[in-house]
Amino acid sequence: MPNMSLTKVPMPEDAPEIRNKNFEEVARGYTEAMAQEEADRCLNCKTRPCVGGCPVGVPIPEFISLIKAGDFIGAAKKIKEMNLLPAICGRVCPQESQCEKLCVRGIKGESVGIGRLERFAADYLLAHPEAAAEKPVSNGHKVAIVGSGPSGLSCAGELARQGYEVTVFEALHKAGGVLVYGIPEFRLPKSIVQQEIDNLKALGVAFETDFVVGKTATVDELFEDGFEAIFVGSGAGLPSFMKIPGEEFSGVYSANEFLTRINLMKAYQPDSTTPIMKPKKVAVVGGGNVAMDAARCAKRIGADEVTIVYRRTEKELPARLEEIHHAKEEGINFHMLVSPVEILGDENGWVRGIRCIKMEFGEPDASGRCRPVPVEGSEFEMEMDCVVMAIGNSPNPLISQTTKGLETNRKGCLVLTDEDALATTREGVFAGGDAVTGAATVILAMGAGKTAAKSIDNYIQGK
Amino acid sequence: MRDLFKIVNKKVLNPTVTLLEIDAPRVAKKAEPGQFIILRVDENGERIPLTIADFDRERGTVTIIFQLVGATTKALGMMEVGDALADFVGPLGTPSHTEGLKKVAVIGGGVGCAIAYPVAKKLHEQGTVVHSIVGFRNQDLVILEDEFTAVSDIMKIMTDDGSYGTKGLVTDALKSLIDSGEEYDEVIAIGPVIMMKFVSKLTKEYGIKTTVSMNPIMIDGTGMCGGCRLTVGGETKFACVDGPDFDGHLVDFDQLMKRNMMYKPFEQEADCNLLKKGENANA
Repeated sequence: MPNMSLTKVPMPEDAPEIRNKNFEEVARGYTEAMAQEEADRCLNCKTRPCVGGCPVGVPIPEFISLIKAGDFIGAAKKIKEMNLLPAICGRVCPQESQCEKLCVRGIKGESVGIGRLERFAADYLLAHPEAAAEKPVSNGHKVAIVGSGPSGLSCAGELARQGYEVTVFEALHKAGGVLVYGIPEFRLPKSIVQQEIDNLKALGVAFETDFVVGKTATVDELFEDGFEAIFVGSGAGLPSFMKIPGEEFSGVYSANEFLTRINLMKAYQPDSTTPIMKPKKVAVVGGGNVAMDAARCAKRIGADEVTIVYRRTEKELPARLEEIHHAKEEGINFHMLVSPVEILGDENGWVRGIRCIKMEFGEPDASGRCRPVPVEGSEFEMEMDCVVMAIGNSPNPLISQTTKGLETNRKGCLVLTDEDALATTREGVFAGGDAVTGAATVILAMGAGKTAAKSIDNYIQGK
Repeated sequence: MRDLFKIVNKKVLNPTVTLLEIDAPRVAKKAEPGQFIILRVDENGERIPLTIADFDRERGTVTIIFQLVGATTKALGMMEVGDALADFVGPLGTPSHTEGLKKVAVIGGGVGCAIAYPVAKKLHEQGTVVHSIVGFRNQDLVILEDEFTAVSDIMKIMTDDGSYGTKGLVTDALKSLIDSGEEYDEVIAIGPVIMMKFVSKLTKEYGIKTTVSMNPIMIDGTGMCGGCRLTVGGETKFACVDGPDFDGHLVDFDQLMKRNMMYKPFEQEADCNLLKKGENANA
């Protein structure tokens, strides 16, 4: 008889007023007993609707059954057949709009905690490593991966398993891409990312940090160096600003800069020499996961008041539900249907506030979605000493600009000549993740990396 | 394989300016005048951008010259030959445009001379007539005099207090050269923001194209953080990928000066952290 509780087994967490002062992981993870109790809520439906919601097709009922049976290692391996980085996805996937959205248990009550169970199994495997994976016999073919974020890591892993000699090039000093510079420690501990990277190293993947493809060497020079195919997974690393007056004042950050200073460069540690301002009143503009991350980081480095400013309503916030929930618990204010029109500065060029305008929903547009429009005469000011712009990123142009024959579209995204194979306009160059789609999710990028690995294998074997 | 970024040569140029030559073959192979690198001194250090002062493709080395102004540059100044930097990435930014120039005035101010020098050298090597004007606060702070002299057709040294060369500002020397009938295709000015501002103001009056090199606060150097943004001709530009060279007549210097002050209060605190580390190491 399955566990018919209408709610998920609660996730152990520290009290909000304690955790919003430290950077330790908020969701502590299920114990074995909790995981089995939650796994018992799965009805093991024959139709497997959840699997249809997963961008990489993880065999969800199967791995949950293994957890039920107490075979946690087996469960993790089952996930890994389709998803190489489950400890990461279990933490950062927007499950409520993917697998869990389609769960039958969600019709009445909460869906099965698929993400939490995925994380449990993956963590169990990390804590109980079997004999280190042996480096496969080399097939003699060299492949270069540009960028060590989710798409690059999954592409590298798939290729290395097949015996390719893979080198991952990373511009920053640490591998992991957005998983280390963007997503904060309290949501995705860096040690988890490092373990996944170490696993890839054990498979023979080489990581070259401090290497900016397009500058340190171009794509053409990588080909000259003997790489037969190149995967571009350089992400969406060019921050957008609103183009409103005052964005140049000191105290205005892109979310990328704010998060990078705090996460990658450990500005939150007392002995760090990384400069970060210690703001008191912070406005975070935007409503996605990045905005929630920035707001919660601001609180943790000591801000008294942190406000999310978003031009639609709470219903439309693109962030994961769990992040919104956590942010609220931790005392983040949500100011909805508001859009900044100007950032105000003092005589020294420092932020002193923002001027906003209230928004309301207009008529539905062609897509049927209502666009927020400004309410005339509704402008008001809020006092702030820091403003973080978390309104999105577009792909970085360094590679497309320095590579002949590599075309991009109007938004700067790499153009694919074969969407299924993720082939770009340049022979031997494949691309996936945010560099192609614009800013999206970790799991979509990982799925793309995996697909590209297949295409690269076909391409090289077919030569 | 990854370079080790060992220091192969160190020269203290004056009490506040140090030269380090770093073993970094990959960077040296691609470096051009006007480009910069980003380095970290150690595993917990911040990332700072420094413009490339010189490079030697055969030896595989890149030279940086820096002023000991903040916590990181002071830590860098404490390193010795044989020590290795944690990170040294580049070359970043767009190289200086020097093609087709027949006669150029190169203006360097203080440690900015370290960046102006490779540009002057490249111009000289390609046959451009180079008039160099370098300015310092006083005689003790003069750097690269011999190097500049070797690549310049006219060489002027200015000091604020007159303790060496001519007393006055670089703009005084530039103005008198222009007024004496010298006609420049371009003026290239690299130094303190305030100096670049006034050089640009002067050359605008004369209608001479002027290039300045920006060195704002940045993290990654690839366009990712947006911290290095500045306003050029009313448009937001990222110094790391759109620059560091910009049209001096279009840059909003006042805004940049304010932005560059952003971490001044923090620097003092970081200095303390650094000093604490030093004390612990000595203890």
